[in-house]
Amino acid sequence: MDIGGTLVKLVYFEPVDITAEEEQEEVENLKSIRRYLTSNVAYGKTGVRDVHLELRNLTMCGRTGNLHFIRFPTQAMPRFIQMGHDKNFSSLHTTLCATGGGAYKFENDFRMMANLELLKLDELDCLIRGLLYVDRVGFNGHPECYYFQNPSDTQSCMKKPCNLDNPFPMLLVNIGSGVSILAVYSKNNYKRVTGTSLGGGTFLGLCCLLTGCETFEEALEMASKGDSTNVDKLVKDIYGGDYERFGLQGSAVASSFGHMMSKEKRDSISKEDLARAMLVTITNNIGSIARMCAVNEKIERVVFVGNFLRINTVSTKLLAYAMDFWSKGQLRALFLEHEGYFGAVGALMELLKAAEDP
Amino acid sequence: MAECVRLDRSASSHTMDKSITLPPDEIFRNLENAKRFAIDIGGSLTKLAYYSTVQHKVAKVRSFDHSTKEASSDKLYEISMQEEVSARLHFIKFENAYIETCLDFIKDHLVNTETKVIKATGGGAHKFKELIQRKLGLKVDKEDEMTCLIKGCNFVLRNIPHEAFVYAKHADSEFRFQTTHPDIFPYLLINIGSGVSIVKVESEDKFERIGGSSIGGGTFWGLGALLTKTKRFDELLQLASRGQHASVDMLVKDIYGGSYGSLGLTGDLIASSFGKSATADKEFSKEDMAKSLLHMISNDIGQLACLYAKLHNLSRVYFGGFFIRGHPVTMHTITYSINFFTKGEVQALFLRHEGYLGAIGAFLKGAEEDNPNQYSWGENYAGSSGLMSVSPDMNPMQRARSGTFDMLEMDRLERQLVNLPLLQDPSSYIPDTVDLTEDALAREYWLYCFEEALDGVVKRAVASQPDMPEAAERAEKFSQKYRHKLQTLRHQPFAYGSLTVRSLLDTREHCLNEFNFPDPYSKIKQKENDVALRYYQKAIKSLEELSWEERQFALAQGVLAGNVFDWGAKARPWLVDSYDQWLERLKGPPHKCALFFVDNSGVDIILGVIPFVRELLSRGTEVILASNSAPALNDVTNGELQILTERIAAMDPVIQAGLREDRLTLVQSGSSSPCLDLSRLDKVLAMVVRERQTDLVIIEGMGRAIHTNYYAMLSCESLKMAVIKNSWLADRLGGKLFSVVFKYEVPAGKSSQCSPPLTRS
Repeated sequence: MDIGGTLVKLVYFEPVDITAEEEQEEVENLKSIRRYLTSNVAYGKTGVRDVHLELRNLTMCGRTGNLHFIRFPTQAMPRFIQMGHDKNFSSLHTTLCATGGGAYKFENDFRMMANLELLKLDELDCLIRGLLYVDRVGFNGHPECYYFQNPSDTQSCMKKPCNLDNPFPMLLVNIGSGVSILAVYSKNNYKRVTGTSLGGGTFLGLCCLLTGCETFEEALEMASKGDSTNVDKLVKDIYGGDYERFGLQGSAVASSFGHMMSKEKRDSISKEDLARAMLVTITNNIGSIARMCAVNEKIERVVFVGNFLRINTVSTKLLAYAMDFWSKGQLRALFLEHEGYFGAVGALMELLKAAEDP
Repeated sequence: MAECVRLDRSASSHTMDKSITLPPDEIFRNLENAKRFAIDIGGSLTKLAYYSTVQHKVAKVRSFDHSTKEASSDKLYEISMQEEVSARLHFIKFENAYIETCLDFIKDHLVNTETKVIKATGGGAHKFKELIQRKLGLKVDKEDEMTCLIKGCNFVLRNIPHEAFVYAKHADSEFRFQTTHPDIFPYLLINIGSGVSIVKVESEDKFERIGGSSIGGGTFWGLGALLTKTKRFDELLQLASRGQHASVDMLVKDIYGGSYGSLGLTGDLIASSFGKSATADKEFSKEDMAKSLLHMISNDIGQLACLYAKLHNLSRVYFGGFFIRGHPVTMHTITYSINFFTKGEVQALFLRHEGYLGAIGAFLKGAEEDNPNQYSWGENYAGSSGLMSVSPDMNPMQRARSGTFDMLEMDRLERQLVNLPLLQDPSSYIPDTVDLTEDALAREYWLYCFEEALDGVVKRAVASQPDMPEAAERAEKFSQKYRHKLQTLRHQPFAYGSLTVRSLLDTREHCLNEFNFPDPYSKIKQKENDVALRYYQKAIKSLEELSWEERQFALAQGVLAGNVFDWGAKARPWLVDSYDQWLERLKGPPHKCALFFVDNSGVDIILGVIPFVRELLSRGTEVILASNSAPALNDVTNGELQILTERIAAMDPVIQAGLREDRLTLVQSGSSSPCLDLSRLDKVLAMVVRERQTDLVIIEGMGRAIHTNYYAMLSCESLKMAVIKNSWLADRLGGKLFSVVFKYEVPAGKSSQCSPPLTRS
């Protein structure tokens, strides 16, 4: 599992080649957990299994099975740990591999409340390992990776699958609550270039404050209906058209939320407009920083991951456009289907590795 | 401040009728002679620029024709007060609410102008275009905002020595002024208006917008207004300065429980701005949200600035725009962000006159035919309001700030000023020995000293103009103005850049000139010169009777004793004593050319400096005598020195030959200060110094060799001579009153050819 600032990501490998013998031997506890996880798509009020992401017929550690992807809010961690206690996880003799900041933050709670020892793993190591693995095995016969063709043209812009055959070097932009930007040169050689605190948490946090919404899905739904130009001040709002002296298009955003300086404008906009403006602001800013890093690090391939991009085509298309337009076609934005789960996958692989090495 | 007059706002309400009275003497000074106008109208402030001429009195000296014996008095020369016209740039900043009143005022007082256009820039220019045209009858000519900004920025960086500063919230002095690099290019200007523009400036005319961001001041204002229902930008900043961002932001420790050690991310680092407001079902205070927003935007801008600085390999990064403009909160957060992202490699620099850049640039655009960049300009301390801290704890007068008029005046200098070519490292040269901005004890002492001395200065000023009955009244006005400046500096020592003894002296000179006391010492200097001249021949004769070695010592003593009558013979070793090395050097080959910065009139110049110079000439060394271009205290001016050397030449064949053969040259320093800034000297002086291959610089007197240049490093030999006539300063330097400084220095690497070898093989 990968315990982030906002979400906990959990991957579960369900072997499907269990023999009758094995089933007999299997502890009742483990059986019940498997049944609980694989027969439901929702857990409690907030836990969700992303069925569409399930990787089927995977071979791991010599076993064939399905990989399930589950997420729930980090806020629910105390309840999760309580469940671990109630279901007596500690009797299973299995190691729980955890990464993300929460592996450190909740380590003591796991130990005290559920009598569980966590195997803590570095989140960036896990992220890269998981990403490379999922890209290699593919998405049930399809490529994991995709990009947008004609990103600068809204009419002909199209999602296209591709392969990350030779992924290095790549700039890896992980957009969770905050953003980390890594330059990855090989499987084991990478560095964190920079990060920004303006990430998914900022989008959701400010949306909640501005619109009263409560969930990421709600915020995105509103954003999809809004018009950010009612909120943002564009170049043409200041100069009447393009700012030719500096080659700025009239449609470019000059000041995010700039119209909101005026009371009349504040009184005339909708919540949807605000949500859209928030999404555009955060996305463009990440795009801008990522692009500068790519130029500074001399890397042309920019891979965006993280749960901010989940069900968020507004942002993915905007990022694809920003990379292409501002670099005059030099940079290409790439995306991955399993957006936010690579850290958790990487942690699982560590567990398997531990199992393989006696 | 006297010049920052609070307008009666209750009377103005929204009608802006003429019942708002503007004190004309104080604000729109010299308006009657205004020639050109420019205006920069921003979102809330208007900056008006005009070029005007100032008529003021100057003291001139003229030699009597001694051959005809017409001089019935024994006086050496005649002193006359003449009217002179000089050029001055005026900049006034006021709230947009006053714009109509101000335009009416200008209309009523403008008499001599021939101008038909007013250059305009800034976002508000189009809004007021019609009003300006109607009120002033001038055609509004709009100029590109960014071009004006860059032009203005170049101008202040070039002409105001302490323009740029580093902001340090928790340091002893909030503002740390930087010495301007002689080559101001290339630099990065980050202008934070409603959005952010990042401009790379490579030369006067070459600049490029290399990037920008839509997250800027407008985002802070707009989002801030939505989140807190607070309408005004200033109020939002006030809220932010009281807030705690950690209740709204998700910190690294909120995710990790502590720091993320392997990446070196501390627990207090913001992982996700506003990250807590999505998950917590609670109300957040306005203050906390404003603070979080301020951090988010400042950090973001700082990060982009660093990425661009790195990409273009630039280390000088200036910040401006309304988001920054004098606000300690934003200067602090931006500084913090830059430090964080560059690990201290790049410093965030701010500008003292940032608010005026657009107006200055617009003005320069309109004045291109007058070639304003061909001249050097100097900030007039008497007419400028100076920088004011808006931080409430630094400045109790802060509340009065809105509604005040802020002013900047720049004098066009007669001479173009450049670096002394002999400075070892012009970019690190700091003229002043003690920075009173950082040294609170020293500041207190000197402010007290100058205040104590004020009555004496007033008396002398009045006495210098016995024929003018209103002199006493003017002197009183001078006294009030200077006293007020001292009081301001007590609270805001950073008002005019680093506070130094030099700036205190210069401010006094500016104030004296302001009230037409161009040379309070003129009569005293005349008398002293006259007396000293009578002893000249006798002094030379007694010097010539000495042995060579005795004479060298007497000559050094003569220069030192020159500015203290009761000095007597001070036993060696002196407080700083490298006389032996100097003597050894004199036994070697003569210098090619010596540059001598002279000090006082009377005994000092005539019986101290001239005999010393005479000896150098006799050795075969050429001499450049550099004296002030305009009066300061009892320092000898170039005009006076011309007459004095002519008179001496008439009695002394060595001096006469020196002048005739052009081996003794008199040049103006370009300065009118009792101190000396080697980075702002007359261009002609620099040329002569270079042409003559000057290899020795002599600096004499407290003002030039102790208060300034004590630590100055030169690329050739130098000799600094002074007697410390101030017990506090003597104490500071570890000596007693009347301690002697005789500092002879040879730059590293040049000693072998200059001093004789110690051992012979």
